Amino acid sequence: MKLIIAIIKPFKLEEVKTALAAIGVEGMTVTEVKGFGRQKGHTEIYRGSEYTVDFLPKVKVEIATTDAIAPKAVEVIVKTAKTGKIGDGKVFVLPIEDAIRIRTDERGESAI
Amino acid sequence: MIRTPLLVRTFVTAGLCWIASLSAFAQASAPAKASAPTTEERLAALEAYINNGDPGKALTGVPGPGHNGWMMTSAALVLFMTLPGLALFYGGLVRRKNVLSVLAQCLGIAGLVTLLWWSFGYSLVFGKNYDSAFFGGSEFFFLRNVTSAPNVDYGFWVSHNVFAMYQMMFAIITPALIVGAIAERMKFSAIMVFVTIWMFAVYFPLAHMIWGATGLMNGVWNPYAKITAIDFAGGTVVHMSSGWSALILCLILGPRIGFGRDKMAPHSMVLCMVGTGMLWVGWYGFNAGSAVAADGVAANAFMTTTLATAVAAFTWGLIEKTFRGHASILGYCSGAVAGLVVITPACGFVDSTGAVIIGVFAAVVPYLACTKLKAKFGYDDALDTFGVHAIGGTIGAFLTGILATASVNGNLTGAAATTNGLAKRVAQGGLWLEQLKAMVITIVLAVVATVVIAYLVKAITGLRPTEEVERQGLDINEHGEEGYVT
Repeated sequence: MKLIIAIIKPFKLEEVKTALAAIGVEGMTVTEVKGFGRQKGHTEIYRGSEYTVDFLPKVKVEIATTDAIAPKAVEVIVKTAKTGKIGDGKVFVLPIEDAIRIRTDERGESAI
Repeated sequence: MIRTPLLVRTFVTAGLCWIASLSAFAQASAPAKASAPTTEERLAALEAYINNGDPGKALTGVPGPGHNGWMMTSAALVLFMTLPGLALFYGGLVRRKNVLSVLAQCLGIAGLVTLLWWSFGYSLVFGKNYDSAFFGGSEFFFLRNVTSAPNVDYGFWVSHNVFAMYQMMFAIITPALIVGAIAERMKFSAIMVFVTIWMFAVYFPLAHMIWGATGLMNGVWNPYAKITAIDFAGGTVVHMSSGWSALILCLILGPRIGFGRDKMAPHSMVLCMVGTGMLWVGWYGFNAGSAVAADGVAANAFMTTTLATAVAAFTWGLIEKTFRGHASILGYCSGAVAGLVVITPACGFVDSTGAVIIGVFAAVVPYLACTKLKAKFGYDDALDTFGVHAIGGTIGAFLTGILATASVNGNLTGAAATTNGLAKRVAQGGLWLEQLKAMVITIVLAVVATVVIAYLVKAITGLRPTEEVERQGLDINEHGEEGYVT
């Protein structure tokens, strides 16, 4: 089992969600986050005062999935979230030790 | 009871006879009683109403409905500039933790100044029994003798009580303007004490000097004015006095914690824009209302106010677009307010061309003050009260001296102006020098008084809240409320 964490541009969320559903990903958790990477922030000017805004809004998508689907899911995310411009985001893949479905007590891959 | 039929008869008789023959008309009228006004006097009084002149004995003590109505509307418009215009304009520009503190300061000042105005302020500005160039008199303390009958020293057709309330709205907004420079870091109690003393030390004497019947610098109306300066709606009294005092107070107070390091961007440009729109609309009462009549001078002031403001807003945006790549909302708002400030002393004395010239200056000079001057000297004039009101008011007072013309305002060559020499200066030049004198007196009074009052208040209440309070925000600590409950 793998946990995929993708930080993407907010306006790409719908596209990524649809593409993931098409390859059999059945659930995800989405959070609005702020951060910076190489893109850095932007500058705001109010009369004479300049402020650098370091943290830009992004969306964090977390997907727990099987070892079989994981590589395809990563591929789909990278393909659909890509604009080619700086600030497209990153994808991290982590191993999952165990998973439990609370309603049924199922464990392992069947809980995902 | 018999007034209406008499009035009707007056009109009918006049219509028939006035042009034909005055003597025939007089003969046709029934012989008047010794004390009752003649039909001619009645007619003259009605003409005086149309011309905003002296009604004579026929309509003594009676307000004229049109002029009175416009002045009540104007008074409400000027209050609207502070509540909520200025409150929102400033409120939007501070950080969200301090938005209520600004609203509270505007509300607190409105109540406090009303009490000061009622008790002594109005009389000290617009009374005259002290026969002084610097203070008015004591005859109107506690608004005694201020009734619905006009005070002919200031307006033949406007109720004295309406005039007093109208002028009170100016007294309210002036100290409220100072709040912009010291926003986010001054104790509420300290502001209230400061304003109380400042009104007596700066506003009341200055307003009397400029607008009082016996005032030192009232060039238009005081035949014995030593300095024949002109200020139609308050460039010196309102904007220079508050702006220069604001600079001094903000220097004594020191910058906000984290100034130049933390992000102190406006928390709501939307509120700021809403407030700006209210200021612009309310300013018609401020400027056109300063004619104290619904007459041609008011009409001209209405036009010049519009032109200068629109030109200044547009120009400020254009400067930003050219040199920075973006025309910002704050830029447009700043330009509009600057245009309103700079046209204020001039609006009743300049023509449309003068207004457009003023609009351009109003954008360029305050823009440089807010961006370059402030950056160079590093003072924390939080919301640019100095850059917009002091600098704007100062160039406005000066440009008024250059651009004033009697063609739009006959009072510039009226009886008082002829006696004291103003009429000659308007016609032949030299008015700018009188303006310069008024500007120097205003700046010296504002600066010196503010230094003294600030240190006095520091000794009484202290000026700043604790560091913890300032970091956490004034709203929750000083007022026990939050602007936005989440």
